[in-house]
Amino acid sequence: MKIPEQDFFEKITFRDALRLAMYDEMKDDKNVIILGEDVAKYGGAYGATKNLLEQFGSDRVIDTPISEPTIVGTAIGAAMTGLKPIAELMYVDFFGMSMDQIGNQSAKIRYMFGGQISVPMVIRTQGGTGRSGGAQHSQSLESWIMYIPGLYLVMPSNPNDAYHLLRDSLKTNTPTVFIEHKLLYNFEGPLDKKNKVQFGKANILKEGNSISIIAYSRMTNFAVEAARKLKEDNISAEIIDLRTLNPLDKNTIINSVKKTRHALVLSEGHYTTGVASEITSIIFENCFKVLKKPVIRYTAEDTPVPVAPNLEKNYVPTVDRIIDYAKKIIT
Amino acid sequence: MNSKSNTNLQELYTTMKRIRVFEERVAELFVRGETAGSMLHLSIGEELGPACVTKAMIDGDTFTTHHRGHGIFLARGGDPDKMMAEIAGKKDGYCKGKGGSMHIADMSLGHLGANAIVGGGIPTVVGAALSYKYLNKKNVSIAFFGDGAMQQGILYESMNMAALWKLPVVFCCINNQYGMGTKIDDAVAVKDFSLRAKSFGLECLHVNHLDAEKAYTDIREIVDNTRNNKPSFIEVECYRFYGHARKDKSPYRNEDEEIENRKLDPIAFAKENILTQNILNEEEIKSIEMTVDKEMDVSMNYAINSPLNEEAEIFTDVYDKSYTIESVDSRINNILKNK
Ligand SMILES: Cc1ncc(C[n+]2csc(CCOP(=O)(O)OP(=O)(O)O)c2C)c(N)n1
Ligand SMILES: [Mg+2]
Repeated sequence: MKIPEQDFFEKITFRDALRLAMYDEMKDDKNVIILGEDVAKYGGAYGATKNLLEQFGSDRVIDTPISEPTIVGTAIGAAMTGLKPIAELMYVDFFGMSMDQIGNQSAKIRYMFGGQISVPMVIRTQGGTGRSGGAQHSQSLESWIMYIPGLYLVMPSNPNDAYHLLRDSLKTNTPTVFIEHKLLYNFEGPLDKKNKVQFGKANILKEGNSISIIAYSRMTNFAVEAARKLKEDNISAEIIDLRTLNPLDKNTIINSVKKTRHALVLSEGHYTTGVASEITSIIFENCFKVLKKPVIRYTAEDTPVPVAPNLEKNYVPTVDRIIDYAKKIIT
Repeated sequence: MNSKSNTNLQELYTTMKRIRVFEERVAELFVRGETAGSMLHLSIGEELGPACVTKAMIDGDTFTTHHRGHGIFLARGGDPDKMMAEIAGKKDGYCKGKGGSMHIADMSLGHLGANAIVGGGIPTVVGAALSYKYLNKKNVSIAFFGDGAMQQGILYESMNMAALWKLPVVFCCINNQYGMGTKIDDAVAVKDFSLRAKSFGLECLHVNHLDAEKAYTDIREIVDNTRNNKPSFIEVECYRFYGHARKDKSPYRNEDEEIENRKLDPIAFAKENILTQNILNEEEIKSIEMTVDKEMDVSMNYAINSPLNEEAEIFTDVYDKSYTIESVDSRINNILKNK
């Protein structure tokens, strides 16, 4: 798998778009390094760093021992002293062991020290269901990160966004958690290196006027599929892909719901105190007078993730049920 | 003929063979699309440690395993039918198909759980041993983990507490030379793990040969000693014959290395010894092999034929039975009904 050099791709996988983003960023800035478990020789558990070792050498693409807190901690120290590290944690579930370094250290350093220093680093990780990974390898823990002031949080849904947002993440000068959905790596779409994405701005993927469906990461694609079928019943859904959860583009959400007066929020995280709860309350707070129906959040269940494929599939939102709820909301 | 130690070798051989064939059937189940996913970590080539250490366990002993735990569990008495069904994510599995390969367990056998978090199950055995000491039991609790877990900080917190409080804990490292695609030489500066354990005050045993009978004798001794509140560390060296999980073809290591190291086969070694010592003849060994083959075929079919679990199972076992979790669907429909 060689790394292609052109600026435009009619079709590229989400995985290769990420790889390209890291490649281009490392070419432009020699202080960008990658560290994590099996990122170099193996090329990353999901292949996102394949061939980068050959391109940039083992000083810049670094395999680490299985020591998550210290992977993050090392990235912090390097970021405080001139480098721009991309630390990869193989599964978002392993945030469990790294939360001190992520939440108490990286997020707080600039504030605690009165703005003296920034921590320009990215934690790339991967989450979500779909591979029967079970309770410790399938979670959606974005709300843990969204809860902590001081961390940016990016969850792209397609190759073009993934490419631009990853590159932007490295330029924010703020610790940024970048979560990739494990079933998106093979997802294909166009990539235009010149078609930049504004970091912190949601994307209205499809305009519509009967209901706003607000989603991010893989759920965006579920929403697109649902909207296609809803159209057959003359229901015109507006789809908003949040792209970044922090910063959160409230205005785009609010303006859309003011127009459609109905809202369905999708997330693969849990129902209770999840990202969807936050977005739902923002809509209630800001659109109360125009809403024709309660805002509905459609999420994964409030249980751990089961392994059995038949259970796992219905544990998270399905396209059929998105359609069903959308119809119920507008009728 | 059948002196005590001869029976030991025969028994160890059978256990190792059962592990090997079990794992081969798991691989087959995967190829046939009958497993729950591909995160299946086989212990082919690593059978010696699980066979010898579990044989040194007595009633009431407990253990936790890493993600590569099928062999350990089977050797300790796991029912291959229910194990295979769990790996298939089916209703008849040990955990109702909700845990799968990486979370397989049977509490009634003292199996306190397999773990998908590298190092995640290690402190559990410190707590179990704290119980035994408090309750005056002569049991030990054993943590099985890989060489990769030797780099997790939690192991050292656990070793220190076990040593400080003189708890009946065995830390057992199954060192198969790799953590996923990372060779041990790329993960540590000093490979002598016993040095680390010794510095915490643990008794140490390093097994780096293929002689199961000898390994068992040595392991038995150190485990028995641990029962007297002398925590210990056992490292068993071996080689991971195949990829990390089912989809991994090991492109990061060369074939020569694999071919050379697959010669370090504890099962072939045991068989050779059984024959040269005239414990069993070729025919008797063949008959053991056929019995094992048949047993594992039955288990594989059991898994295939086991039903899927009902969707309602998503919601059970999260809390105590008195607490029911409302499904998202029910919440949404209630909201929309109320208007
Ligand atoms: C905390 C944590 N980090 C990383 C992983 C991903 N992972 C799963 S197995 C594995 C390698 C483990 O190596 P080792 O402990 O030697 O066990 P082996 O697979 O060789 O039996 C890794 C990195 C994980 N499951 N949990
Ligand atoms: Mg290993």
